[in-house]
Amino acid sequence: MRISGKGLVSHNRTVNFSFNGKDYMGLEGDTLASALLANDVHLVGRSFKYHRPRGILTAGSEEPNALVSTGKGAARDPNIRATQQELFEGLAAQSQNCWPSVERDVMAVNDLAAPFLGAGFYYKTFMWPAPLWEKLYEPIIRRAAGLGALSGAANKDPYEKAFAFCDLLVIGSGPAGLMAALTAGRAGTDVILAEDDSRMGGRLLAEVEEIDGKPAHVWVAEGLAELEAMDNVRLMPRTAVTGVYDQGTYSALERVSHHLPPSQSLKTAHRPRECFWRVAAKASVLAAGAIERPIAFRNNDRPGIMMAGAVRAYLNRWGVAPGARITVFANNDDAHRTARDLVAEGVHVTAVIDSRHDAPDSGEFPVIKGAMICDSAGRQRLESVTIRSVNGEEKLQTDCLAVSGGWNPSVHLTCHMGARPEWNRELAAFLPKPDAVPGMVVAGAANGVFSTHGALQDGAQAAVTALAGMGTSVDAPPLPVASDAPYRISPLWAVPGKGRAWLDFQNDVTVKDVAQAARENFRSVEHMKRYTTQGMATDQGKNSNVAALAVLADATGRSIAETGVTTFRPPFVPTSIAAMGAGAEDQGFKPQRYLTSHKASLQRGAANIEVGLWYRASYFAKDGESTWRQSCDREVTMVRKAVGVCDVSTLGKIDIQGPDAAQLLDLAYTNLFSTLKLGRVRYGLMLREDGFVMDDGTTARLGENHYVMTTTTAAAGQVMAHLEYLTQVVRPDLDVRFTSVTDQWAQFSVAGPKARDLIDALVDEDVNGETFPFMACGAITVSGVAGRLFRISFSGEHAYEIAVPARYGDALYRLLLERADPFGGGPYGMEALNVLRIEKGFITHAEINGTVTAFDLGMQGLVSKKKSCWGKALSERDGLMDDDRMRLVGLKPVGAMQVLSAGAHLFDPDATVERVNDLGYVTSVGFSPTLGHMIGLAMLSGGPDRMGDTIRLVDHTRGIDTLCEVVNPVFFDPEGGRVRG
Amino acid sequence: MQLAAQFPCAGLLPLTIGDVTLTEDTPAAMTLIAPYKGQEKPLSDALNAAHGMGFPAPNRATGKADARAIWFGRAQALLVGPVADPELAAHAALTDLSDGWAVVRLEGARAEEVMARLVPIDLRPQVFKRGHTARTELKHMMASITRVGPKALQIMVFRSFSATLVHDLKRAMEAVAARG
Repeated sequence: MRISGKGLVSHNRTVNFSFNGKDYMGLEGDTLASALLANDVHLVGRSFKYHRPRGILTAGSEEPNALVSTGKGAARDPNIRATQQELFEGLAAQSQNCWPSVERDVMAVNDLAAPFLGAGFYYKTFMWPAPLWEKLYEPIIRRAAGLGALSGAANKDPYEKAFAFCDLLVIGSGPAGLMAALTAGRAGTDVILAEDDSRMGGRLLAEVEEIDGKPAHVWVAEGLAELEAMDNVRLMPRTAVTGVYDQGTYSALERVSHHLPPSQSLKTAHRPRECFWRVAAKASVLAAGAIERPIAFRNNDRPGIMMAGAVRAYLNRWGVAPGARITVFANNDDAHRTARDLVAEGVHVTAVIDSRHDAPDSGEFPVIKGAMICDSAGRQRLESVTIRSVNGEEKLQTDCLAVSGGWNPSVHLTCHMGARPEWNRELAAFLPKPDAVPGMVVAGAANGVFSTHGALQDGAQAAVTALAGMGTSVDAPPLPVASDAPYRISPLWAVPGKGRAWLDFQNDVTVKDVAQAARENFRSVEHMKRYTTQGMATDQGKNSNVAALAVLADATGRSIAETGVTTFRPPFVPTSIAAMGAGAEDQGFKPQRYLTSHKASLQRGAANIEVGLWYRASYFAKDGESTWRQSCDREVTMVRKAVGVCDVSTLGKIDIQGPDAAQLLDLAYTNLFSTLKLGRVRYGLMLREDGFVMDDGTTARLGENHYVMTTTTAAAGQVMAHLEYLTQVVRPDLDVRFTSVTDQWAQFSVAGPKARDLIDALVDEDVNGETFPFMACGAITVSGVAGRLFRISFSGEHAYEIAVPARYGDALYRLLLERADPFGGGPYGMEALNVLRIEKGFITHAEINGTVTAFDLGMQGLVSKKKSCWGKALSERDGLMDDDRMRLVGLKPVGAMQVLSAGAHLFDPDATVERVNDLGYVTSVGFSPTLGHMIGLAMLSGGPDRMGDTIRLVDHTRGIDTLCEVVNPVFFDPEGGRVRG
Repeated sequence: MQLAAQFPCAGLLPLTIGDVTLTEDTPAAMTLIAPYKGQEKPLSDALNAAHGMGFPAPNRATGKADARAIWFGRAQALLVGPVADPELAAHAALTDLSDGWAVVRLEGARAEEVMARLVPIDLRPQVFKRGHTARTELKHMMASITRVGPKALQIMVFRSFSATLVHDLKRAMEAVAARG
């Protein structure tokens, strides 16, 4: 029921919305919850387990009951708290966890089966027989479990992530937070003020209070205006700080556009739904306030039973009386304000039921002292409550019960780095442990200071303390005048009696469940939590944790302080994965690195393959080729018979200079480089510290003290980091400098019998056997562009790699292809490159897989005896050069099945296929069009001693079981005549 | 016959969204300068004589718009603009990186807000001032970021990342503009 003119909503601006398909009208400034209450809608959802009717309990982000879904199709958002969802024109919300409707929910039958569904039901029931778990129980439980439902479709709504920085992060904008922000802001400090609510002011918006003789919300507005005018202060409403991390890092979730109608324009189409912030702050003030806790009694979960502070908030902030005959049930003075405020607005208050015999009297409403509410009635809305006192039990007609069991300071964030809060008997509450988080000062209700005056003072002092920690000295400001009412409370957690008294509304956990957990020896609070699931729903038990552990303390005969709390972990409010992973969906998962030849390759019909972050041409499909194999075979033959062009720019290139450059190379490579002549290239092998092979590649000597090292594509970063390690840690005395030039040069392999003809005609210099013999390098120019030419080969053919600055890469690639065409040449891709190198027995990281040594690869000769090198000592350990190690061999099929497969394992033909008989594995395979059959490389135990042997190849995954012959890994042109020709 | 040059962000830039503009810079040359042992001072003097700026301290850039030396990592700086004087090679390793990096300029009142979506360091003008530079990450890429004007930042990533750089910045620019 709306009270005309009351509250901070705009009474002359109506907003149309719908709930469960029915149209309603609310006011600008409403939340969905306040608008529903104004329309007398109390039943908003069904509980998780028993599907009991549930109504709005709170007025904040801690709401356990009023969860709704908004949006349609892929953009559906489940578990939106109606207490936070701001009303906008056209908002359509639906209840969850009910079918066919919230009023008639067939699963409510669970409530009748409640005696069987208590704590531990799943653990006890679905243990036996075991095979049924996977097939029957789990699918059924999974279908019944979970609050709300996702659409199952990819959500295209934009989300974002962002970083923010400040000196002081103030969390919460109630009296303490506002005062802290004002104090720090006036001192010129760089401040962020974050507030979970859409409107700043905290409880000052929900209470009838005066500050400095003004209504509290007016004082708030003035304070905010002052902060807004400061350049050094950033206000972040709708932003919940969700976690505290090391070194002053905080996470926060901003609801950017949940309060706005779906975007209609192109511009706002990119407006994110939520933003996940990471805030770096030198210090913080936690002024997160407190959360009111219910008192458990039989049937205390009916729609219409609400928190007393929430009833005041609906009345004072939104001008809504949640009932016509309201009763208050409390154990503290604070809740009496609810009755006072209601009476002042002419709402009928039946009585205040106070469990304390010394509760204060009132002239405005009846106070029944020393009494408790022990039951309630009403089907989908509260109709009456039962009062138990020394006079016995009597029923009282009421349509709304405002309950208060006291306030729990919001200490959650103080616990994120491992601290536990401390029990305070006087306040009957857990208070934050001092200095629980380095640099965080707690103030106001979060610190157990409940009066407005106290909160203002505590907030100002917290800012002074936080600033002092940063070395900024400020005086505490004069405080505005405000009330300083004491907080009087006598603990009451649960009203004794039969029936189910609810603690955790969201997970349907009762007092009985907790007691039963204790009886079954789940006495630790952490065990009780997991056994009953108390506090494990989306609200993380914000309303119920303290009461549940108090009940557990009672059941186990321990004190509350001894029992302790469960661990509070981030996030403080539910955080959508879409926000945390924003920007990483689809292609945003990782960056793309494109070659300069990318576009020209695509125009030539290239199919791309991802190689790390790079996109490389896999093969070039020509007209009439319907499979990659056809293209690959043609490209291999083209290179062997004419000439092929391949972009090899992805290989790591490291420019190395300095008087000690050769020494670094001698340290990094197994073989000698200090003897490399100017204008020559050498192949080299690098070991890890443990003696196993790290990478291979070539290094060219371009000048007296100038080298360019190439690495494999996969290990480019690793080798760069390795060189940094060698020069910063192992040999800091070396005077050598290096940097990555991978992206500086576009480099193309030109391979095949016609390579020299092509290159000689292309470059401005003469290229012949004398100027560029095998393994030579030098500067050249192409149409006046300075480049480099290397006579090296990864195909076994007469080949060159030609490099030009990357800006000319596209042009040179196109030119090379144009020049190759008349020779019957053209582009070749990764597939052909792979076949060409297997034909030659050249290794890649398929062979250098981290478990092989130079010895295993038959490259022990490359480990120089004349010098030491990185990894050499450990490569000589016992067992690393045993003949029966798995060593590199070639394989060719001899069985009926002319197939080889990479990853297959090798066995003696007579042995059974068992792990103990495993002789090795296949690393690389391909179809050689040159030889007319498949070929493979493998690591085989005692491999070189088995040449000519027949070996059994088994690949269970692909269903291959065949015989092959062990052969020399160099299948083609073992003498190397072609490459030198 | 002539080889046509192509800059890293060809066909991708310029771009204006809201009041933020993203353009490509194409300096005539970029050279990595890494002083040899004990050569820091003579190199700085030579750099000053040749190009008018000293060797930058860590996280700083020296020089101005058409000739800038940007700290580029441990014991190295990138000379952006002029072709490096070959005399500098007496004191430092010189490596031509004119084609190795994409260089873009993000300019506008809300440029820092765009960067706050992508970069984990504080780039607000009161903290990241004129002459400041950083090697940091931009979303998933390692980058060099330098303040080159009150509302302007220079961003560099490896050339091959240029499409992703533009994509990521564009998305952040759209998100910032959409907030109105």
